[in-house]
This record gives sequence, C-alpha cells and structure tokens, in this order.
Amino acid sequence: MTVRHALLALLSEGPKYGLQLRQEFEARTGEVWPLNVGQVYTTLQRLERDGFVESEDSAEDGPQRGFRITRDGEKELAEWLRTPPDLSSPPRDELVIKVLVALRVPGVDVHEVIQVHRRYLVELMQQWTRLKEDAAEHDLGFALVVDAELFRIDSVVRWLDAAEGRLKRASVEADAPEATTDAQSPAAMPLPRLGRRVGVRR
Amino acid sequence: MTAALELRSVSKVYGDGPTEVQALREVNLSVEAGALVAVMGPSGSGKSTLLTIAGSLEDATTGEVLVGGLTLSGMSRNDRARLRRRAIGYVFQDFNLLAGLTAVENVALPLELDGVAARTAQAAGMEALEQLGLSDQGSRFPDQLSGGERQRVAIARAVVGDRRLLLADEPSGALDSVNGEAVMRLMRAACRRGVAGVVVTHDAQLASWADRVVFLRDGRVVDQTAPPLGPESLLEPSPSQ
Repeated sequence: MTVRHALLALLSEGPKYGLQLRQEFEARTGEVWPLNVGQVYTTLQRLERDGFVESEDSAEDGPQRGFRITRDGEKELAEWLRTPPDLSSPPRDELVIKVLVALRVPGVDVHEVIQVHRRYLVELMQQWTRLKEDAAEHDLGFALVVDAELFRIDSVVRWLDAAEGRLKRASVEADAPEATTDAQSPAAMPLPRLGRRVGVRR
Repeated sequence: MTAALELRSVSKVYGDGPTEVQALREVNLSVEAGALVAVMGPSGSGKSTLLTIAGSLEDATTGEVLVGGLTLSGMSRNDRARLRRRAIGYVFQDFNLLAGLTAVENVALPLELDGVAARTAQAAGMEALEQLGLSDQGSRFPDQLSGGERQRVAIARAVVGDRRLLLADEPSGALDSVNGEAVMRLMRAACRRGVAGVVVTHDAQLASWADRVVFLRDGRVVDQTAPPLGPESLLEPSPSQ
C-alpha cells in the first residue's frame, strides 16, 4: 500500500486540505490503516517536489493548506493503478520454512505443526469475519479490505491443506510394498535450497 | 443446559474384514442452542458421515447421538422420522429442491408431510421465504431461480416451522463468494433466533462464520478453535509494527 498513490487518488476528486486527506484516507481504508499527520505532510512535500501535486499559495504549512493534483500526477496515478504489484519473486515465507524444517527435526510430528498454524489462521479469519458481519452493510471500502485479508489468509490455509495432502500421499507411497527402496519418507526428503533463490523479498 | 445436539463417542465403520473403513472414531461434539459450529476437514475425513449421523439419516456403529437431550437409539422408527421432519433441517451442497414443485411448495413440503394442512403450510412457507428476501419468488420453479436463490429456498425449507437443529453440508456449494457469504449470513441469523447449526466444509472462509471450528482428520476430532477474541484485537497495532 503506498500512501503516495492513495493521496493522489483522493486529490483526483478535487483539491483538499492535508487534514482532510488524512481523515478520508482512514475512512476509505475502513480505518484499518491509521496514518499520522506527519506522514501525510512528508508525502505531500515529496509529491510536490516531483511535480505531482501543487499547493495553494497560502504561505504557511499546516492543516489549512490546500493541495491539488497536476496533469503529471494524474498520469502517475493512472500508470500506478495498472502496474501489477511485484509478486513474481517468492517472499521468504516463514510458515513455509517452518513446515520444511519440521520435516527434518526428529520427534516432531509435521501434521501437528501444520494443525497449530491452521487453527491460528482460522481463528484469525473468524475475527475478520466477525468484523465484516458487524460492519454497516453500506461500508463498501471496509468490506473490500476485510475480503482482501480473508482471501490472503485463506490462501495460506489452502497451502497447509495441500501440504498435508501431499505429505500423506508421500508417506502412503513410501509404505506401499511395491515401493522401491529409494522411495522417500517425508523425513528423508531433501530441503530445497531456498537461500540460493534469487529475488527473495522481505 | 441441554445441548441441542450431542455426539458421545460416536464411531462409524463401513464394510468389514479387508474392506473395512473406519469413517468416524470416538467423536465427541456438543452444540448448544444458538451456536453455529463448523466441522472442517478434507474430503474423506468423515465430515459428511458425521452430519448424516447427527441428522439421524444414518446410524452410528457405536456411541450415542442425542438431539434436544433425547437419545436417538432409544427412539422408535416413527419417533425418529417425526424428529427428522419437525426438529431437524438439512441444507445440501446441491440444494436438493424438487423440480416439479414451486419455491413455496418446496419450503412447505416438510410441514405438509408432517400433517399440517396445505393452506397453513403454504402460509408458513411464504413467511420463511419472505424472511430470506424471496417474497416475489414463491411461485417460481427451481429452474427459474438463480443458484443463490435456490440455496436460499433450500435454507427456507430447512428452517420452516419450529426447527431446532440446522445441518448443512458444504452449503455454499458452487456459489461464488458473495452468494456463499449470503448463505452463511442466513445460517447465522437462524442461529441468533435460537437454532443450533452445524456446517461441514473444507472451506476456511465458510468455516470462519462459525462460533467454533472443529477440525476432523481421518474420522477423528483433532483440534478446535478457542472462543473468539473480540474483533477489536485486529485493529490494535501489534508491537512488531
């Protein structure tokens, strides 16, 4: 989430004061992202430096200083909206690493480790769902933010489900009488060399 | 307080000898009136079996099932059939509406089967449809309704009359997420009116509507969620942020 582009989006509706921008930012994001006044003014100064916004001619900085978007700012906003976020390089996912490590640690039941994380994530989803249930029906921005969070967590739960299914199948194949001697039990599977992968983020 | 549904050490075995399949193993589950419980597990974990046994559509091999404090195994066949018609509502993945009946006739059917006069049953059916926002659709046939509307009719049929237990198997079926959410809102609304609900699903988003999520693996309850924290806890920034 870039505050910079969110402010440009708000200014694309018409000129606004700094304080107003902060209030509208919080309202539109369902108040899930609190923003301090300092962040708003620092960002506005940078946007002004880059020629994306211009301030009204009032001499002093402060809550009463108005800002408007420039043509370059509108172009920048349009381009940003259409630029896909960088999802191409895998993030260094702590949960994936924990499950991979659990496979190798003697005496650790990887299914139990998976279930601990699954339960935690489902509890988290219950809290988000409760928020959505209690929210006013017309609060569209808030519902969209909560949906995004739910889908994100859900994808992790699905990965855990898929991982468990894969481990189960691997152990059934390893136990089968016709399995060759080099059939691998989950514990014998080699760890992928994550550290060597390029472009690891976070 | 008597639980609306209680499973005590319920096991279910299909087949015998080398073909024996243990579908449920010593399952304990208690659902209070007004609560919505989700049973979450992958396919083959036994969750549909759990639901059909809870709904008296199938018998447990060992263990006890109590509905409203009454033991199913102690009931005559007739009493059990009456309990199914009067006290238990079912919602299935594929809706199971009768194609030759209109929406309101589908909803009124359980009451009519139970001996309620047709006119009274239809009035109760219309009322249930109205509660689910389908007052204009009563005279339509299932194939004239959208998927979301069909599932709402199925929920109306499941809650019509004085049902105390609502059992749902993957109730959002093939619906998109917005319609799936609408189904779960209706299930929760029914529970707020005092019905006990059990929904079995593999879908975490669906399960997250429940007050409690029970995890089933290979026929065993392996875990369940803690009582939910208030949603406010999500809005307090964590120390790491």
